[in-house]
Amino acid sequence: MATATVTRQPLFSRPRPSHKGAWSWITTVDHKRIGVLYGFTAFGFFLIGGLEALLIRAQLARPNGHILNANQYDQVFTMHGLTMIFLVVMPLSAAFFNYLIPLMIGARDVAFPRLNAFSYWVFLFGGLFLYSSFLLGGAPNGGWFGYAPLSVQKVTGSVPFLHNMDYYAIGLIILGIASTVSAVNLAVTIINMRAPGMSFFRMPVFIWMAFIVQLLLVFALPVVTVALFLLLFDRILGTSFYIASNGGDPVLWQHLFWLFGHPEVYILILPAMGIVSEILPTFSRKPLFGYPVVVLSGIAIGFMGWGVWAHHMFATGLGPVANSAFAVSTMFIAVPTGVKIFNWIATMWGGRLRFDPPLLFSIGFIAMFVIGGLSGVTHSIVPSDYQQTDTYYVVAHFHYVLFGGSIFGLFAGIYYWWPKIFGRILNNRIGKWHFWLMLIGFNVTFGPFHILGLQGMPRRIYTYPANMGWDFWNMVSTIGSFMIAGSVLLFMYNAWHSRKHGEIAGNDPWDARTIEWMTTSPPPEHNFDEIPVVHALDDFWHKKYVEDKSGKLVPVPSGGATEEAEHHPEQHEEAHGGGHGIHLPSPSYMPVLAGLGLPIIGYGLIYGYYICIVGGLILLGGLYGWAFEPGTE
Amino acid sequence: MAQQATAVEVHQTSTGIENTKLAMWVFLGSECLLFGALISVFLLYRNHSLGGARLHDVYDIPFTSVSSFVLLMSSLTMVLALAAIQRGDQHRLRVWLLATALLGMTFISGQVYEFTIFVHKGFTVHSSVAGASFFILTSFHGAHVTVGILMLLSLFGMSTRGMLPQEKATAVEYVGLYWHFVDIVWIVIFTLVYLIPAPK
Amino acid sequence: MERRSLGRLARPAIILALIFLGTACASHAPQDYLHHLAGSEARSASRLFTPVFWIAAFVFFFVEGLVVFAAVKFRDRPGREEPKQIHGNSALELTWTAIPALILAVVAVPTVLTIFSVAAKPGPNQVKIHVVGHQWWWEYQYVGTNPEVITANELVLPVNKPAYFTLDSVDVIHSFWVPKLSGKQDVVPGRTNTLEFTPFETGEYYGQCTEYCSLSHANMRLRVIVKTQADFDAWLQQQQAPAAQPTTTQAQQGQQIFMSNICITCHTIAGTQASGQVGPNLTHFASRGTFAGSMFDNTPANVDAWIHQTSLLKPGVIMPRFGCGETNYQPPAGFHCISDADIQSIVAYLESLK
Repeated sequence: MATATVTRQPLFSRPRPSHKGAWSWITTVDHKRIGVLYGFTAFGFFLIGGLEALLIRAQLARPNGHILNANQYDQVFTMHGLTMIFLVVMPLSAAFFNYLIPLMIGARDVAFPRLNAFSYWVFLFGGLFLYSSFLLGGAPNGGWFGYAPLSVQKVTGSVPFLHNMDYYAIGLIILGIASTVSAVNLAVTIINMRAPGMSFFRMPVFIWMAFIVQLLLVFALPVVTVALFLLLFDRILGTSFYIASNGGDPVLWQHLFWLFGHPEVYILILPAMGIVSEILPTFSRKPLFGYPVVVLSGIAIGFMGWGVWAHHMFATGLGPVANSAFAVSTMFIAVPTGVKIFNWIATMWGGRLRFDPPLLFSIGFIAMFVIGGLSGVTHSIVPSDYQQTDTYYVVAHFHYVLFGGSIFGLFAGIYYWWPKIFGRILNNRIGKWHFWLMLIGFNVTFGPFHILGLQGMPRRIYTYPANMGWDFWNMVSTIGSFMIAGSVLLFMYNAWHSRKHGEIAGNDPWDARTIEWMTTSPPPEHNFDEIPVVHALDDFWHKKYVEDKSGKLVPVPSGGATEEAEHHPEQHEEAHGGGHGIHLPSPSYMPVLAGLGLPIIGYGLIYGYYICIVGGLILLGGLYGWAFEPGTE
Repeated sequence: MAQQATAVEVHQTSTGIENTKLAMWVFLGSECLLFGALISVFLLYRNHSLGGARLHDVYDIPFTSVSSFVLLMSSLTMVLALAAIQRGDQHRLRVWLLATALLGMTFISGQVYEFTIFVHKGFTVHSSVAGASFFILTSFHGAHVTVGILMLLSLFGMSTRGMLPQEKATAVEYVGLYWHFVDIVWIVIFTLVYLIPAPK
Repeated sequence: MERRSLGRLARPAIILALIFLGTACASHAPQDYLHHLAGSEARSASRLFTPVFWIAAFVFFFVEGLVVFAAVKFRDRPGREEPKQIHGNSALELTWTAIPALILAVVAVPTVLTIFSVAAKPGPNQVKIHVVGHQWWWEYQYVGTNPEVITANELVLPVNKPAYFTLDSVDVIHSFWVPKLSGKQDVVPGRTNTLEFTPFETGEYYGQCTEYCSLSHANMRLRVIVKTQADFDAWLQQQQAPAAQPTTTQAQQGQQIFMSNICITCHTIAGTQASGQVGPNLTHFASRGTFAGSMFDNTPANVDAWIHQTSLLKPGVIMPRFGCGETNYQPPAGFHCISDADIQSIVAYLESLK
């Protein structure tokens, strides 16, 4: 039987491979470019979310504020939460995953490059869809975890809110699709595309944490997707899944949401933990202390995170038995988290610490996360949580772990890998100013929230009267928020300034440990001229240094790579692409085209089902074009 | 050179499983949670009929059993389709692919017919939250079956145009995996929703 | 920055930290739940929180101390050698896994015991109240009273007697919270939650809805007034009387205007034709010190302004703005505004409803 010559009839002709111009970015399937796209887009949303925060703080600086009215405030705080979680921390983590996973495991790209691009575009379109609500009748205003039945209400008191929460439900479903698809992609990449010799326990901790995150996404997102669909049906079909008067149960929403919501917070923190686990060894010049334990703790957190969801619901009336069970499970999830912290400190201990911005932010991460973690443990003391929940004390907790934790960790990663991505090092001095201003501003902003919470200030109030004792710390907090804003401006200046004036990085500016530092900065499109063969954890470090009998470092005379080729010629053949040259996936219009279909379907669900058909056709057309277009020309 | 597929990159994977197959398994894992959540909602609300029509007043177990059997048979034809392409038999491949799609369409038609009866008898998406849970669960399943049918027909079309050679048998295998999963979900739904008697 | 300044920063940092803690302890906010607690549940919660807080504080200083110490001691200095490449230590791993686990296990026991001890249990010697949450006010029905006492926003309780609450909502989830007396409990439509606590000191306590319920969530406040048993009994008796008959001409006029207006479709005044269930029961309106979800003190000027402007003052309320000449306002169909003089009469009437 003759091999059929595949006559390809792509729907659109293939874009010409090019590295210049807007179209090259729109049609790219290169994981590094997609990572950069994720990073810049997420940062843009960070600025918007930050502006929303400043508005909130301006409104709450004084009692009976008049910066925002109640309706505006409700939309701003809801969008602030949605933005920071779904449009900043998750995509910023995705930026790192996309850029670094192939490089750190020694692959040339992810398993499904076009699917990767599709994830990005769906994320962007989902975020734009969500924000378009401001111009189309009003943004979501039910809080980021949208409790029912408020989220089903179309008229609140005397004010109609026709579509605000439609944007919430549909927007999050679209964003969920982006994340699910990306998670499948990256999970397969990590499982299947590691360099020769890189067993699971020779993977960097960042890759482990990334892997756990992908699995958490894959299993948690469907649950919230169901929750969101049921919400959408209650809103547009008139069902009563969450309406008590018609046989439904509002608490069902909470269970479904938090079953996703709790793994979600581990999705938000594990990337930063992975980043910090890479930076600390490099800047301490000694290995991560207790690598297997740190990895196993991450896995434990991944599993245990499924068993604590109702700690968000202690005051909902689940009863003492349920509350007790979740109190205990919540307390015990603190154990693997604490273990990691001790291992990080032990990594620093006895090291030779170079206080460049990556290390500063990493230490800031540890310091702030400890505070957030401790306040979290106090939440698990259920009778006390009956007081704390829904007050600023909880707002303090999650900002310490999400900002002090995730954001600081992500900034550490930005400073660390910026040279690899852009070829230039961010300015050290400005970076240190950024760090200190951000650290101090952060604590000035969120430290007082503990006090305000203990003084009985509830969450999500657009104003407060003057005789509650809350005036002083609210004002202090607002001042802090502007310090944070200043620090972000410093960072942006640093980034812009380093384009022309940043020190040229070279392959390995930090004398690092993992294999992405073996290639050029920035890496070539194919990542590695020669896929490295991995013999140990921190393989690159061991090419540069060996340990003598007393555990002291001895630099290796250069020439490690050629020795490799002599000792393991077959693995190196394979690493060279088996002698067939390097095939890279070709750019494509299909991901962005298919992605465009989704928000259009979304608008159709709100404004007219015929629009859904248009969106559906675009989606289907894009998918078919994609399926019949070969991955590589 | 004859072994080398020009269009498809043949990667050596760390586990030996092909990327696309692994991706399908991971995706199906995600789908387990999706249907798990939907089934849980149904189980929670199955008795919340608010005095209106209840599922076990309107359903027809024999009819649904036939429908289920049809879907089950479609899994068999799917296996036969895969066997056909693996031994290079394009003709049989198309026969069994078409049979699978037709059986799937029969199942969907049966569902649609069943639902019109239910609606006629007052058991609807709006009659109660029990009704809503039932219809949402089965509709999500039906949508998955429909997507599967589209994929089967696409494979069929590809085969007629010579775009599905023996080397691409894995494409049929992935669609098969998906199809079997959708079938298994139906077995779970049929058991929990129809067969387990509701308390009085 | 990192070398010399770390030491120099220590002193001002410690001073700041003490100020921080000092202000936390010094301030007496009326909804503060650590100090001057007057209810059984609040005290139980505080008794758990305090030791856990100190354990957490100890852990905080210990861990952060380690971080700061490591940062200072092991910073790179010229001439420093490459560090020893330590990969791990099983004994340490075991220790810092076991000790936190042990501490938590110890903390878990009183926690679980307290969860059960504060759980609401209906009993004979309790004042029983059915709380209904509305957007954006609180309704209280005193269970077992005959005639039934239904009031709003201000809850009156006898001291040293357990108060047992059943909680429900007519619209969305709210949360009933009076920090100095008790932890909060959500008020969920379709589900009857329960709460129990005993107030130990007479006085007036502030509370607030603590589950976001849109627009005027911030304005859905409440007061709990704890009286001696004798005062409470007197109050209850007064509340059980039908509405007072107005004695002044203005108040009588106000009653007439009230009863011929749409007011009666939303409000109840026992013994009159006003029997609406949508808004708060006004039978003994003048006996309350605050109104509109305890947003305003109950003064004639405030009530006057309220009737004029309602949703301008409290966003989202369905009570129309009755003032004539309200700009930017779409009144409901079939509506007619009330003149300033007439509103004054209504105020006089309402303030006569003791």
